[in-house]
Amino acid sequence: MTIFYFVAFLSIFFALMTVVTKNPVHSVLYLVVTFFTFTIHYILLNAQFIAVVNFIVYMGAIMVLFLFVLMLLNLNKDSEPLKSGLAKAIGVIAGMCLMVTIMASLRVLDVSAALEITNPDIGLVRNLGKVLFSEFLLPFELSSILLLIAMIGAVLLGKKDKKVDYHV
Amino acid sequence: MFETIQSVPLNHYILFCAIIFSIGIIGVLTRRNIIVIIMSIELMLNAVNLLLVVFSVAHGDASGQVFVFFIMALAAAEVAVGLAIIMMVYRNTRSIDIDVLNRLKW
Repeated sequence: MTIFYFVAFLSIFFALMTVVTKNPVHSVLYLVVTFFTFTIHYILLNAQFIAVVNFIVYMGAIMVLFLFVLMLLNLNKDSEPLKSGLAKAIGVIAGMCLMVTIMASLRVLDVSAALEITNPDIGLVRNLGKVLFSEFLLPFELSSILLLIAMIGAVLLGKKDKKVDYHV
Repeated sequence: MFETIQSVPLNHYILFCAIIFSIGIIGVLTRRNIIVIIMSIELMLNAVNLLLVVFSVAHGDASGQVFVFFIMALAAAEVAVGLAIIMMVYRNTRSIDIDVLNRLKW
């Protein structure tokens, strides 16, 4: 029980640091630590497959993409122009309003039963594979097409096109 | 390990995910660097993922975790296309400040 609260505190702290830090590279590194704490949450819930996939996809692939683009654009300095104080304050107030709304609706709903792991092997690879390849076979195939389209789109967008003039 | 997690109330998980999601919203609203904005969006996606896994475990239904798997595939596609768009924007405007991109406003 105390492990959850400790890891939750760490997640919130590093998520805040991600948003607050000026340097984008430090921001990416804090985001990596946040994703690592999320992996710990998944392990605590005994969702082993999701934990491993989260570790590989988010902390491996996506973070490398972010760092690669940051280094490619040579943005590893505090050169970001800041928003005006008023816009910042309005943004923070809007986010806080959302949080307070969710918390208030929770209080009305009153879900306070303790979390019970009824079926401990639900998150194992064998069980999830059975569900994935029987019930969710069509969405699985569709997601492969989605990834293919995303790959083609990224290559097309990233290619340097000499013929088209963008008037900039 | 199961005994340690069993004593955590369900609404503490929901509160935690709401806080992380709100931090992501605040990041989107207050930053001007496009890459940091996409990172905040990833933060929000992760909060939703964790909540889906929590409800899946609480109800003993594996569909929630399969859905998290699909969300992760979607997030990878989104990041790939988004970063390609950022590269394009940087190539054309020499900046990744979103306030430069106000030509689509009217």
